[in-house]
Amino acid sequence: MIERIFGIDRRDILKSAGAIAVAGLVPSSALATPETMTSAIEKALAGKVAKPGRIKLEISPLAENGNSVPLTISVESPMTANDHVKTIYMFAPENPQPDMVRFHLGPRSGRARVQTSVRLATTQRLQAIAVMSDGSAWTDSADVIVTMSACLDAG
Amino acid sequence: MRTARIVMPKSARKGDVIEIKTLVTHPMETGYRRDDMGKAIPRDIIKLLTVTYGGEEIFRMDMFPGTAANPFAAFTTIATETGELVFTWTDDKGEPSVEKVTLTVT
Amino acid sequence: MVRTGLFALLIIATISVPAFAEPRTSAREFLPPELQAQQADDGANPGMLWVERGEKLWSQPEGSAGKSCVECHGAAQASMRGAASRYPAIDEKTGDLFNIEARINNCRSLHMSAAPLKYESDELLGLTAYVAFQSRGLSFDPKIDGAAAAHFDAGKRFYFERQGQLNVACNQCHDDNVGKRLRGDKISSGLSIGYPVYRLDWQKMGSLHRRLRACSLGVRAEQLDFGSPEYLNLELYLASRNGSAVIETPAVRK
Repeated sequence: MIERIFGIDRRDILKSAGAIAVAGLVPSSALATPETMTSAIEKALAGKVAKPGRIKLEISPLAENGNSVPLTISVESPMTANDHVKTIYMFAPENPQPDMVRFHLGPRSGRARVQTSVRLATTQRLQAIAVMSDGSAWTDSADVIVTMSACLDAG
Repeated sequence: MRTARIVMPKSARKGDVIEIKTLVTHPMETGYRRDDMGKAIPRDIIKLLTVTYGGEEIFRMDMFPGTAANPFAAFTTIATETGELVFTWTDDKGEPSVEKVTLTVT
Repeated sequence: MVRTGLFALLIIATISVPAFAEPRTSAREFLPPELQAQQADDGANPGMLWVERGEKLWSQPEGSAGKSCVECHGAAQASMRGAASRYPAIDEKTGDLFNIEARINNCRSLHMSAAPLKYESDELLGLTAYVAFQSRGLSFDPKIDGAAAAHFDAGKRFYFERQGQLNVACNQCHDDNVGKRLRGDKISSGLSIGYPVYRLDWQKMGSLHRRLRACSLGVRAEQLDFGSPEYLNLELYLASRNGSAVIETPAVRK
């Protein structure tokens, strides 16, 4: 394994990776700005403030292919008629559209635990937000480094 | 012609929370890619999955270009009584793909 | 000190030591845990969508004879178990080397009067995946003697021959440098045990020949046609080279 590239430690390169865009997937002009992400979240929350806690976003810190990254979101909730998760949002600030997927649950769900696979344009901090039936909003974030596969032209 | 795949128990005890896994073929074309001639490839995605059980909606998922191709969704529901679960995927054109699974509840 | 090291390396390099150990490592083991889990879960593995497609097609009458696969072959779980392990194989009637795709199309034209399916069509991928899936967990054991010997030798020569603008041979990566990094990926053993495969870069399922075309592109060599004799011969060599590694179809790869 190559540990040093041009005298720089490989781990340091990954840490300071910043935006390694998946080649051909997204033109840099289409990447979302922090403003679009903020406005998307504000729209979703309609004035509420999301507090950290109750929701857990599970995703690998290193996504070796941004085309399909599995994730699991779970929320602590009794899921009763009076106290349940209404909507779970997944936001990616560096994607062209920060809104990646939304789940609508209810008292018939039994549990608030969902899974899917998302596309990540580049290394970024993802944010999951759960809006509850009582109007409260909860949030969790995860940093994901996205690397390219070996062949830029996969054929 | 879409292929949809639903993996879930065919029977359950009343009150059990069962896990349902769904997959459907779809390229989920983002609208941001360009072809070899530089022309933009138009967006073409599934934007919605709804699931009803005994006629009542138990799960809904809004999808966007950020959802990976051949979308996968796993979620849960309470086995209430024997009935039909209807899965409907709707794409940008509004065309639905529908699959039905009967759940036997004892 | 460096000179001594290099000298030692030269000595070691000249000793004839096999560059691999049986069994060869499946590329699955180089996948991150979440992708290994995705492959292992038949409810989450997107390749299963094509297996399902194949399952439906298996019972669907096609062609002017109005027949379907199930009429002759019965339930695939029984009749196709072990079939993929024997491929590629020489077709007795024509003497040609058939892979599963070729066998499916040959059956369709001979027995169903149905048009052949194109490579990379969802139908051919589905049927090939469905057939190979019935042998999941078994290893490959194709015939490489008799009429197959010439094809095996040609495939083996191809594997060890330098190609393309980069002037590399398959063995230089897939025998000599397995596990080392090529940009963000680990170099695999080049096994053909997971095909057709759901490749994340393709965002769909694809055949072995699509992957071989990508390999040719990777070394800047000419991409040969799907079903070309060179790729078919190579497919036979690869099938034999898989050794005791077991079929994983539908595999998930990056």
